[in-house]
Amino acid sequence: MQKQLTSFLRGAIVPVVILLVWEACARAGLVSPIVLPAPSAVAAKWWEALLSGELVHDSIASLYRVVVGFVVGAALALPMGLLMGSSQRLYGLFNPLLQLLRPIPPIAYIPLAILWFGLGNPPSVFLIAIGAFFPVLMNTIAGVRHVDGIYLRAAHNLGVGQLALFTRVILPAATPYILAGVRIGIGTAFIVVIVSEMIAVNDGLGYRILEAREFMWSDKIIAGMITIGLLGLVLDSAMNALNNHLLRWHRGLEH
Amino acid sequence: MQQQQIVVGDVQKVFRTQERDVVALKDINLTINQGEFVCLLGPSGCGKSTLLNAIAGFSLPSSGSILVDGRPVSAPGPERGMVFQEYALFPWMTVAQNVAFGLEVKGMAKADIAARVDNLLDKLHLKDFRNRFPKDLSGGMRQRVAIARVLAMDSPIMLMDEPFGALDALTRRNLQDELLRIWAEFGKTIIFVTHSIEESSYLADRIVVMTYRPGTVKRDHHVTLPRPRDPSCTEFNELKRELGQLVMEEQQRHAAAEMRLAAVD
Ligand SMILES: Nc1ncnc2c1ncn2[C@@H]1O[C@H](COP(=O)(O)OP(=O)(O)O)[C@@H](O)[C@H]1O
Ligand SMILES: [Mg+2]
Repeated sequence: MQKQLTSFLRGAIVPVVILLVWEACARAGLVSPIVLPAPSAVAAKWWEALLSGELVHDSIASLYRVVVGFVVGAALALPMGLLMGSSQRLYGLFNPLLQLLRPIPPIAYIPLAILWFGLGNPPSVFLIAIGAFFPVLMNTIAGVRHVDGIYLRAAHNLGVGQLALFTRVILPAATPYILAGVRIGIGTAFIVVIVSEMIAVNDGLGYRILEAREFMWSDKIIAGMITIGLLGLVLDSAMNALNNHLLRWHRGLEH
Repeated sequence: MQQQQIVVGDVQKVFRTQERDVVALKDINLTINQGEFVCLLGPSGCGKSTLLNAIAGFSLPSSGSILVDGRPVSAPGPERGMVFQEYALFPWMTVAQNVAFGLEVKGMAKADIAARVDNLLDKLHLKDFRNRFPKDLSGGMRQRVAIARVLAMDSPIMLMDEPFGALDALTRRNLQDELLRIWAEFGKTIIFVTHSIEESSYLADRIVVMTYRPGTVKRDHHVTLPRPRDPSCTEFNELKRELGQLVMEEQQRHAAAEMRLAAVD
């Protein structure tokens, strides 16, 4: 307890000093508030946005897009990865195309997304789905290919049929890989949502900071960025908790 | 006259690798009766696992036939339950789930599964561990779960590939006694692979000593020592000495072959 407190305090030193210096510079008028507003101004703006409900509304809008896009991308990637990982023939058929498409950053799909889906949520969801699709697919394939043959032999010996082999042996055995892919996919989705909100919609955290730029409200821009950071942190912690729960059988496992 | 359960006829197994063909099994003829406890004994590399895997149906012989209850073996199946040296428990399932799994995929009713699992966990002293994951168990405990998993399937035949090889001496003796109790109680036919002379002398009705490359049957020895066996008695040590002589000859051929291979490479 004492130790935790000390380490917390030690970790707080650098940020507090930076904030103080920053505040002092801003108050002394060394930099224009448009270039770099005082931290107190940013905090005030953040608080104001929170009270007005705008911040909550934007956060939910962004989160909604991340979730829907991610679910669409992962729901396509998972079964495809399971099939490609277990069938050499399907792998041979689809892998060359995937290797070609994979390096294209989701951002490069923006013009196409707008042409295909117009404005609003659909292009945004499409871009996020693409961002989530590849990491989940690649890791699922790798996970299935790395399933230890001894589990398959044990399952065959118990008389396990094809469907149960997939759902109760191969899928759980591949979970560590799949979850690593999910984590990368969520990270990508989070980047893509901010960018996509700068082009096609009129709410969400990405839209809000771009809007603030139009009026040169740099305190609002920074407040928005901080919210993005917090939301990312929440997403990552949630992922972490899910990971620990789903892999509770796995920690420290040695054969 | 006891019933013949496993009949291995003229079995041959050749592994073709890029450098050379390895004749792992040659002219294996073996008839195992229902309820027999047979040990396959020999130094490593003499084809014990290959023969066991052929009977299990994991890897079929290159020629010859294996009949179980009159039917040729073509694939693995729960009537020939396998216990692996590496345990091969499903790490994402708890102890109870591991034992229940084979019954679930067979479509047995939930209540029946629960009753059978409870009974087996009780019998193998695993009751307090039923909700643990395999990673939280010792090697001996894991092997108990693996045995329970096979017993759950009610397999008449148990195939065991050096199941206690990774355990310390005390745990090993413990599990050997446990296995003998189970064997007596359930009347299983057991084929047990080991390279330990002591272990085979302690367990088997019949010890099949194998030769090294090609793997053939060197000696089919019926053990007449009464049970429970006393490893310190004269007859037991007499048996060990005799088997030791046979195994040592093969061990030397193994070592000589390795030297030759090393010289070629
Ligand atoms: N998949 C394989 N490919 C090539 N050679 C193999 C293969 N499996 C086993 N062998 C060879 O067959 C022989 C018998 O192996 P194995 O049955 O594992 O022996 P044991 O179980 O008695 O130690 C060994 O010489 C081994 O090198
Ligand atoms: Mg072996």
